[in-house]
Amino acid sequence: MSETENITFIIKRQDDPESSSYEETFHVPYRQNMNVISALMEIRRNPVNANGEDTTPVYWDMGCLEEVCGACSMKINGKPRQSCTALVDQLEQPIRLEPMSTFPVMRDLAVDRSRMFDALKKVKAWVPIDGTHDLGPGPRMAENKRQWAYELSKCMTCGVCLEACPNVNSKSDFIGPAAISQVRLFNSHPTGAMNKNERLEALMGEGGLSECGNSQNCVQSCPKGIPLTTSIASMNRETALHSFKSFFGSDHEVN
Amino acid sequence: MAGNREFFYRRLHSLLGVIPVGVFLIQHLVVNHFATRGEQAFNDAAHFMESLPFRIVLELFIIFIPLYFHAIYGVYIAFTSKNNVSQYGYFRNWMFYLQRISGIITLIFVTWHVWETRIQAALGEEVNFSMMADILANPFMVVFYIIGVVSTTFHFANGLWSFLVSWGITMSPRSQRISTYVTLAIFVALSYVGVAAILAFI
Repeated sequence: MSETENITFIIKRQDDPESSSYEETFHVPYRQNMNVISALMEIRRNPVNANGEDTTPVYWDMGCLEEVCGACSMKINGKPRQSCTALVDQLEQPIRLEPMSTFPVMRDLAVDRSRMFDALKKVKAWVPIDGTHDLGPGPRMAENKRQWAYELSKCMTCGVCLEACPNVNSKSDFIGPAAISQVRLFNSHPTGAMNKNERLEALMGEGGLSECGNSQNCVQSCPKGIPLTTSIASMNRETALHSFKSFFGSDHEVN
Repeated sequence: MAGNREFFYRRLHSLLGVIPVGVFLIQHLVVNHFATRGEQAFNDAAHFMESLPFRIVLELFIIFIPLYFHAIYGVYIAFTSKNNVSQYGYFRNWMFYLQRISGIITLIFVTWHVWETRIQAALGEEVNFSMMADILANPFMVVFYIIGVVSTTFHFANGLWSFLVSWGITMSPRSQRISTYVTLAIFVALSYVGVAAILAFI
């Protein structure tokens, strides 16, 4: 590649949550092994668009720069993914960047993923260990189970599965695949399992598990390869059994 | 089940699609297939079905109430999704989309079909071979019936696949793949049974 070669970016921009969006094109000088974020940093350093006009720097979210925090998700050439691991050499040009459309846009490429964190709260995706005194060590977890659970724990709440899901949209309050899979993770934890039924009941509530329509886009799109649809089917089985057991009312809930 | 109505309705919707509606569909297509054995065979079978004791109760609780609950709630489900097959052209996403399309087509077809046969029967018409032969004398109706029947069998077969997932019966990707093939075979087999019967009236 020659030193003067430019990469063209077409970026969908929006100045604030209320205003309407517009497209702006940028030419960024090519460097070897560039990722989308380094190109965005270049635009920030020199905020001049393709027409040579001065503009505001493009805003985006980022954190770890190694695909574990999930903050830099955006639609790159139509596919939601992390911009840190999107290598320019592997992308078709011009490169189109858009914010994910399932979430409210805050500014340019940055979106508000609050609905995902609210969903995690709703399904109690944590292990409660606080007490008024030392409760001592919890039960041990088998090594093979730990290795299996580690796969589910890779979820970084990046929002790609919600973006790909046809049932997560403004007409539904579906919590999405990520939170469902987290219930499976925490319910399989030996201490977490002590609050298993609370999480299952949350999944059976409004916007819960039953809103899944099995399009299975989530498992195809997950950047961490989490078996989301297996988690969903597994929770379908758990909630079905739970609802049978408590159909006419039952005291098994203390389990 | 207080407090989680949505969960209950969705599961009921899934269940009713298979039992009794799916079972009734198979039975109906099988009885129709008598048409391939000639006019007399079909008329005898149809007469046997319509002279079953407690007919109205059977129709109401095995067919109409479950069917229209499934249909109306299904329309609501279909319209709360935002289809995205153009962006995510995966096989299952297409099935998801086709499930919703075929559901709407099936609802239109079944409603028309009920009007043309069962309602007319209630108004004094006789439902028999020659009634169907008259309807299917119109080539437009032949196409409409074939599309209607194939869309119904697709909706049932693919719905059976999602039934197995929704109730947590098929969990692993492998079991879901196998059930894709099994339900595909069910789709092909039922479509044959249904379409052969339509063609027998022509």
